[in-house]
Amino acid sequence: MKAKVFVTLKPSVLDPQGKAIHHSVDSLGYSGIGDIRQGKYFEISLDPAMDISDARTSIERIAKDVLANPVIEDYRVEIEA
Amino acid sequence: MKFGVVVFPGSNCDHDAYHVISKHVGQPVDFIWHKETDLSGFDAVIIPGGFSYGDYLRCGALARFSPVMQSIKDFAAEGKFVFGICNGFQILCEAGLLPGALMRNEGLHFICKHVNLKLENQNTPFTTEVDPARVLSIPIAHAEGNYTCDDATFQQLEENGQIVFRYCDEKGEVTDAANPNGARSNIAGICNVDRNVLGMMPHPERACEEMLGSNDGRDIFRSLTKAIAEVESAA
Repeated sequence: MKAKVFVTLKPSVLDPQGKAIHHSVDSLGYSGIGDIRQGKYFEISLDPAMDISDARTSIERIAKDVLANPVIEDYRVEIEA
Repeated sequence: MKFGVVVFPGSNCDHDAYHVISKHVGQPVDFIWHKETDLSGFDAVIIPGGFSYGDYLRCGALARFSPVMQSIKDFAAEGKFVFGICNGFQILCEAGLLPGALMRNEGLHFICKHVNLKLENQNTPFTTEVDPARVLSIPIAHAEGNYTCDDATFQQLEENGQIVFRYCDEKGEVTDAANPNGARSNIAGICNVDRNVLGMMPHPERACEEMLGSNDGRDIFRSLTKAIAEVESAA
């Protein structure tokens, strides 16, 4: 079993790194590229015997307490059996 | 009176802080390894600059889980003095001892230079000896010093006088041009509501010797020393 955690800056928070990446992509000549925002992705392997809802509860807590800073970031958890 | 300087793996301004306290403030000081939990005997703890845990995950995010941090929370709750400089400020925000967060500089660069600072609140244990009419020259050295917080937090900071230092020009005017990193409202340093916890991005411990270009940082350490002496004489 695996958990995936996506951490992204809150929409209200400016992302200068995303902006710089966007600028580079623009300079390559791609059209139709809107906003680019940078985030973080975590893969966490879990004991297959674990109860899926217990796993979700734990990972949500880890995401909130460690992986993301809730002052500036949002997170999303996916559990794969 | 005794100062403590916390040492995390990756701290690199710990010796500067120790040097300033022992040589220029002239007070006893000890290093505190991050695995220590006993802070009895200390009156003030400095969380120094550097790259605790290599800045992994986010600056200050992992240091927050070191054993010493729970003790520092208790220490602060007792009203004792906690002073976070640069990475120390980032750690205090991550630990929830100060509100808000420090993000990547707006211009993305690591900036290392002297900046001008305006004192916004003299009525804190860290600033009673700082002349509010003077512009302070103190260096910054960071890539993640862009202070941010939500509107409600910002309003509270203003109402409670928690904004202690702002980036300004040489005349003391707080302008966009004088903002080195995009920090909200030019914020360079804030304190908690009780004013016994201060965090700032500039490095006053690097501005305590004329030979290094400025000794404006001394007034901050002198203020803190005076505050500790007042607590001791009241006891």
